[in-house]
Parts: sequence; structure tokens; C-alpha cells
Amino acid sequence: MTVQDTRAVDALAGLDLAAQTPIAAPTGQKPVRRLPVQKDWPTWALATVQVGILVGALSLWEIGARAGWIDAFFWSQPSAIANTMGLFFATGEAWTDISFTFRSTIFGFLLGTAAGSLLGLSFWWSRNYAAIVQPYVICLESIPKLALAPLIILVFGIGLSSKVAVATALTLVVSTLTAYAGVKALDPDGEKLFYSLGATRMQVFRKLVVPFCLPWIISVLRVNIGLALTGAIVGEFIASQHGLGRAILYAGQTYDIALVWVAVLVLSTLAIVMYASVSWLESVLRKGVRQ
Amino acid sequence: MPSSAPKLCVDDVSMTFKTPTGSFQALAPVTLSIPQGRFVSLIGPSGCGKSTIFNIIAGLLEPSAGRVMIDGVDATGTIGRVGYMLQKDLLLPWRTVLDNTILGMEIQGVALRKARERALPLLHRYGLAGFEHLYPNSLSGGMRQRAALLRTLLFDTDVILLDEPFGALDAQTKLQMQEWLMQLWSDFNKTVLFVTHDVEEAIYLSDEVHVMGTRPGRVIASIPVTLARPRVRTSALTPDFLAIKERCLDLLSANAPAATPMNQAA
Repeated sequence: MTVQDTRAVDALAGLDLAAQTPIAAPTGQKPVRRLPVQKDWPTWALATVQVGILVGALSLWEIGARAGWIDAFFWSQPSAIANTMGLFFATGEAWTDISFTFRSTIFGFLLGTAAGSLLGLSFWWSRNYAAIVQPYVICLESIPKLALAPLIILVFGIGLSSKVAVATALTLVVSTLTAYAGVKALDPDGEKLFYSLGATRMQVFRKLVVPFCLPWIISVLRVNIGLALTGAIVGEFIASQHGLGRAILYAGQTYDIALVWVAVLVLSTLAIVMYASVSWLESVLRKGVRQ
Repeated sequence: MPSSAPKLCVDDVSMTFKTPTGSFQALAPVTLSIPQGRFVSLIGPSGCGKSTIFNIIAGLLEPSAGRVMIDGVDATGTIGRVGYMLQKDLLLPWRTVLDNTILGMEIQGVALRKARERALPLLHRYGLAGFEHLYPNSLSGGMRQRAALLRTLLFDTDVILLDEPFGALDAQTKLQMQEWLMQLWSDFNKTVLFVTHDVEEAIYLSDEVHVMGTRPGRVIASIPVTLARPRVRTSALTPDFLAIKERCLDLLSANAPAATPMNQAA
């Protein structure tokens, strides 16, 4: 009998005993258990498996498409996608689209985050003002902003500004509510200390409220860059002459599935680059404010 | 004559809070007169209005009646006239210890460089050497209290209010901090008003102890402490010290809320 078998039998015996005499304390041997230990693989092994999965999936896709198991009209195939990728960048369209989407995202991100944070912080100045404005902010929060996108496009036209506006609308509310949450978390005793030292309201705001709320404001940067990108893409879906969102929509409507994949790939890369940059910015800012 | 006037005078100050169910008297008229350079303690049960008095003296709360006089001048409802150390140390986590201690000077408009130059030697002399460029979250409770107290001192007012500064410290650290505070007090010649729950601490540190009662908060007895200074730990075993301690404890237990239901002013 192996060790495991013995344990299993012991465990069963213990169970039986308990079933027969439920009141008596279990006096028999308890099953011997050890802490489960998971062995970590080396990084190269993990990476090899990850790359293997990707290569395997792509190969299956390509083989399946060539053999006719997968309908290449609907799903396209990796070789065609690679071809289209080359064309997309060679014709120069790629850079125009990337730059357009990048600019609308960054402008919307900056505008929404800055304006939202300032709005949230402004609630510190007056409880009455905060009480009056707050329901409106919550209403704005609950509206699906993307549903307003057609209206925004009508007002701002089909150029860059309408994409920036959609991206701003998405990020502004999040920043406002987060900065306001920071203001509400402020310790009233902290304000007491400042006033006991004879501080003016402006001094309390600059030396206490703003530094205290900065970690809150910083914590939404990563969320906001994703939201801004979503806003920009949706804006392009509705009406635009440039941008990766428009490229995806156009390719879909003309059944150019390979181009859809190419645009989605480029868009994902752009998203990853922006997310990584903002994460880096966040860590730098965090070190700066120390909390 | 201003020279003979007490440094700090709380003149018939009372406080009534309005509540939805009526009004609540937190403080019956209280009068305190504290000469320059004295160390005076307030002891009493929770809810006896100690913090209310402090908030009124610091100008953070407008009394319902009465005046606060500093140097013979009416200072009721004016802020920035006294140094006020609250129970919590309230050090700003994004500032170094040095920059925390200069907060008061900074708010008063002293240039940063000058303020730091003034603060640094004090940090060195009073036990914070080597800590000045650290952030508060890496300090022990005792060190944080030192920093908070130095911040209060560096604000450079004659009168200092200390609201249970050592309440959250362990017994050993508390004793050290009391010695440290005595050192500061004799070096700086400040007028100190000190709130504590600890009778022994109050007697050991003070020139006078005011015992307070609840419902409404008021001063029920003022006991001068005439023990010679500098005091040592064994002073707490002398008959004089014990007599004062006994009297304080008697007053406090006689005035415990549950023991005197007839005494309540509705």
C-alpha cells in the first residue's frame, strides 16, 4: 500500500467513526496532510509555452483556412492579414489613422481628467454648492455617455473635435467623482490644524486639500486612458474621415476582413503603448506625492 | 496694566449646542486665569467639555457667551493666536518631518529656507536628529508626537494647548515624553494648557490642576500643585503628591455621571 492509500483509508475510517458516534470527540489518528506546495516554473519555460500557444493557434487557423475547415471569407487567415498589414503601412494610411486616433484620445484624456479633477476639488470650497451640483453629476454619471455620441458629432462636426468631445465626456465624470471622493475623505481635524495655525482657505486648499486628493486623482489615470480611447473609437464609428475606428468600420462594410484584423491589431498595440505610458506616469507621480 | 494681566483668560465662557430635540449645554460658564509661563492641566471624564474649551480658545468655535482674552486683549473667535496640538499628530504624510514642523511658520508667510534654518537646530536638540528628512510613516508613535509638538512650538505663540498628546502612547514612552515636554517647557518659557485623563501625569507636570465635571461641563475644583521643581519620578511618592492625587480622584469619582443623577442640569 502506498502512503497515499494509507491516508485515504485513515480518512475514511475517521469519517465512519464520526458517523457512528457523532458525540464522542474524534480520538483516532487524523489524516496526515501537508501544505500544498506549487512549484514555480522558470520564466523561459512560461514564455516558451505562451509563444507556443500563439504559434499553434495561428498555424491551426492558417491550415484550417487552406484546407477549407474555416471559411476564410468570414474569418480571413493569418497570411492574408500579414499581407494587408504590409499594404496598410506601405500606403501611408496607417500613420494618418494612428495619429488621428492617438490625438483624439490624448486630448480627450487630458481635458477630461483635468477638468473633472478640478470640478471634483471645487466641491471642497462650498458645501452648498456641492449639494446643489452633486445630483447633476450623478445624473451625468448614470447616463450612458456613448448614447450621446451621435448628438456630440452633430454639434462638433465630423472632425477631430467631436472625437475629443466624446473622449472627454467619458473621462470627465469619473475624474470628478474620484476627486470628490478624495475631498470627502479629508480628515476634518486636518483642516482644524490648519485653521488653528491661522491659515486662509486658499492655504488649506493648496497645502492640504490638493496634496491629499492627488493620489485619488492619479489612481484614475489608467482607467481614463482606456475610456478616452473607447470614446475616440466610438466617435470615429459614427462619423469620421480618419482614424482606426473608421478603418475598422470601413473594412467591415466592404467585407475586407483582413483589414479589420489589421486595424484591430494596430489599435490594440496603440492601447497597450498608451496604457503602459500612463502606468509609468502614474508610478512616477506616486513617488512624487508619497502616500 | 497689561504686564499684570494674566497671559490667557477664559472669561465666563459657556457653550450651548442646538440639537434637533432642543439645546444641549456642553459647557456651563467657565472661568480660567492663567499667568505667563504656567503649566496648567485640565482633567475630567469624557464629555466634560475639555475639547470644547480648547476649540473656543483656539478660535475654532464661537462660544455662546463669554470672552477669551490673550494678553488682556479680546481674542474670541480669532484663529492663529495660540498653538494647538490635537489628539492626533496630524502629520502630513507627503511632507518630511522637517517640512511638517515648519507648517505653522510657512502658513504665517515665513520663507521656506528661513523656516527650515530655524527648525533644523531644534529638531537636532530635541531628539529628532537623523529623522528630519524621513517621512512620518516611517516614525514610531513617540517620534511622531515629538514632531507634532515641535510643529506646535515652532508656530511661536506664547500660549500652547495640548489635547491629550500622550494618550495613545505606551507607558514607557509616555514617561520619556513627559520628561521631554518638561525640558521643552523650561527652555521655551511657554504658557501651557494641558488636557489629560491621567491624574498622575497632570500633577507631575503642572503648576495647577483644574478638575472638570460633566453635564454640563464645568470646572469643579482648582488645585494648586506646589511641589518643588525640577521634579523627579519619586516626587510621585511624596505625601504632598499623594494628597493631591487622592483629592483629584475623590472629586472625579464623586462626579462620575452615574453616581450623581440628581446633579444634572437638564
